[in-house]
Amino acid sequence: MTTTVFTGLGVVAPNGAGTEEFWSATLEGRSGIADITAFDASGYPARQAGEVRGFDPAAHLPNRLLPQTDRSTRFALTAAELALADGGVDPGALVDYDMGVITANAFGGFEFTHREFAKLWSKGPQFVSVYESFAWFYAVNTGQISIRHQLRGPGKALVAEQAGGLDALGHARRALRRGEAKLVVTGGADSALDPWGWAAQWSGGRVAASGEYRPFDRTASGHVPGEGAAILVLEDADAARGRGVSRVYGELAGQASTFDPPPGSPRPPALRRAVELALAEAGTAPAEVDVVFADSAGLPALDRGEAEALREVFGAHGVPVTAPKALTGRLHSAGGPLDVVAALLSLRDGVIPPTANTDDVPEEYGIDLVRKAPREARLSTALVLARGTGGFNSAAVVRTYDH
Amino acid sequence: MSRRVVITGMGVRAPGGSGTEEFWSLLAAGRTATRRISFFDPTPFRSQLAGECDFDAGAEGLTPREVRRMDRATQFAVVCARDAVSDSRLDFGALDPSRVGVSLGSAVAAATSLEREYLVLSDAGRQWEVDPGYLSPHMYDYLTPGKMPAEVAWTVGAEGPVALVSNGCTSGLDAVGNAVQLIADGTADVMLAGAADTPVTPVVVASFDAIKATTNRNDDPAHASRPFDASRNGFVLAEGAAVFVLEELERARARGATIYAEVSGYATRLNAYHMTGLKTDGREMAEAIRVALDQSRLNADAIDYVNAHGSGTVQNDRHETAAFKRALGDHAYRTPISSIKSMVGHSLGAIGSVEIAACALAMKHNVVPPTANLYRSDPECDLDYVPLTAREQRVDTVLTVGSGFGGFQSAMLLRRPEGVS
Repeated sequence: MTTTVFTGLGVVAPNGAGTEEFWSATLEGRSGIADITAFDASGYPARQAGEVRGFDPAAHLPNRLLPQTDRSTRFALTAAELALADGGVDPGALVDYDMGVITANAFGGFEFTHREFAKLWSKGPQFVSVYESFAWFYAVNTGQISIRHQLRGPGKALVAEQAGGLDALGHARRALRRGEAKLVVTGGADSALDPWGWAAQWSGGRVAASGEYRPFDRTASGHVPGEGAAILVLEDADAARGRGVSRVYGELAGQASTFDPPPGSPRPPALRRAVELALAEAGTAPAEVDVVFADSAGLPALDRGEAEALREVFGAHGVPVTAPKALTGRLHSAGGPLDVVAALLSLRDGVIPPTANTDDVPEEYGIDLVRKAPREARLSTALVLARGTGGFNSAAVVRTYDH
Repeated sequence: MSRRVVITGMGVRAPGGSGTEEFWSLLAAGRTATRRISFFDPTPFRSQLAGECDFDAGAEGLTPREVRRMDRATQFAVVCARDAVSDSRLDFGALDPSRVGVSLGSAVAAATSLEREYLVLSDAGRQWEVDPGYLSPHMYDYLTPGKMPAEVAWTVGAEGPVALVSNGCTSGLDAVGNAVQLIADGTADVMLAGAADTPVTPVVVASFDAIKATTNRNDDPAHASRPFDASRNGFVLAEGAAVFVLEELERARARGATIYAEVSGYATRLNAYHMTGLKTDGREMAEAIRVALDQSRLNADAIDYVNAHGSGTVQNDRHETAAFKRALGDHAYRTPISSIKSMVGHSLGAIGSVEIAACALAMKHNVVPPTANLYRSDPECDLDYVPLTAREQRVDTVLTVGSGFGGFQSAMLLRRPEGVS
């Protein structure tokens, strides 16, 4: 059976553009959350976000792509280029049908489309951009990455709220295992920090008015939205070896997606089953898992539910748990993939990044939350979780890979 | 090792009628359902035509609360899902929920609701800053359309993999293809799969106006969608939905299910060329067709009917004709090919599923639906596009294809499993 390995990472995160910038910020506890600068948010019920500051799209993209891309697509294209460069991938040297693109998206090109809505309704239809038909839709990042890097294999764009990014990695893994491709560029990108996008994010009911995102804390009152992209190169291990790859970050050993029962159902939530299915696919026993990168919703009911699933699988305080996303805010479809990047770097460096902002974890949660400072440990297997509003659950198992 | 997957139930909402029977009657008669836009005043727009559905949510059985919380596209998806479940005669209550999943497609999902809420929040476009005091409690579900597959999951109690596949105009094909893969590899036993899009709203009309992708034949709405015709000048935007029950073949046989078709092959490829443009050679679509045939262990000459993407843009119909010739060789000249978009328009992310429904019904009735409005072929489109009139013939194996913005090129093969009449 095909082994699928990560050979390239690309990150544009609120606390660091570039993989190592993000990673050092994460270990040092540097936060990307601050007052919004993208627009005047003073009249809105929440005013802090994980905003990518100082991002100059012209430094990363050819001029012709600037008028046709939303901010989220610029993040996606930048992260994809970083990932391919990091993986030493020369698309021209590989068979084009062997390389696919599978990304997740939650909001589409929202700021871009907000501007086009405004032009349509304030000036008229003839003022709408010739790029609106594709700059908005959810498939845009898959298409743009494919075109820029000449990747002609299987393509897909998934929407599963904040779980879609991990799902995308799982779909990439399946495509490799079916033999449809040898290499897939995968991950997620999202941004909606325009006034309408921001208000719409608030309307979901999970954003902290305080601007404080404290996963698993007794005082948790919601999350802080962020923006950014995490794109990874996932590759058939034999193919990677064949093209002389010298550095493999780790293996995507298993991934599973489940969905919660309808609201009001007496049936149990399905996060635990996603964990169990992903572990089973990886052939990994719970005792072999060294760290969990939790979804960490930052709302007591949801945190309690996640803690319960972890207790049921690993036992109380059975495994270190962390949430580096407290420093970036929740990146929606990019959140799961960014946690996978963090997990792979944890495995590489033998260190678990801490959960910032959380001081007081209720004892009944029964979780060993890594707080305050990085924790050094021998790590070979990590579990990454993501959940999406509506009932989406996704779990991925990554582990070290020996050539 | 890989399991076989069959369609055992379907629900369709398309312009020109409500439900599967009316949909098929329209296609078999070669009637068209495109008309002047009635949902808003289209006068300021270049293209003023659409395939609209006369959808009455109450008559469709949706409760007032369901109507309030579901976007129009989600309403379409849920109604089709309920029809598909009923049509399949499968007792979902007896299934293990963890083995049931949902895979839906949509290109622009909640676009209609987004535009409605935008007008309120921006005071009809007067303000760039929005007034949060006017937020709808459902605004978040329009921002990110996870609720569409979620609502369908809730209708059947699905707790397996649930997602929206949003591959633009091939979403309807790719969502079903995704579901087939999940059953084939053992992740799920039963999937609700299909697609819904309700894009007949000013911003979508304007976005296609801007690139002249839609036709401006506003004086003749019923004959405006003209795939493969020499006079074609763009597609007609439409809304629609189709949802299927897919299950593993042996399970379907064991319960004595009525099987519409087996999905025996599916592939998608990216053209890596242009977000809206197509190369003339059809290379990537041909590759997707080749892979789908290979998975089905069929030669091109086994294909009895090709359901074309046939959008009616000048470039699409030539691109696709080239792809058929490249993938099917001489058989491209012998097999009947048609585009139902000539009758029901182009419902973006939904049409791929609506077309799978048309293919399954073509197999059921042994009738090839025609290409309406095709009076004079483009000399560069020189295949048999079944002009104007449906054709009675044996239909056991069907190829359906899709092509969309972003470069997506998809192909699916449907066939009648052995032992099914």
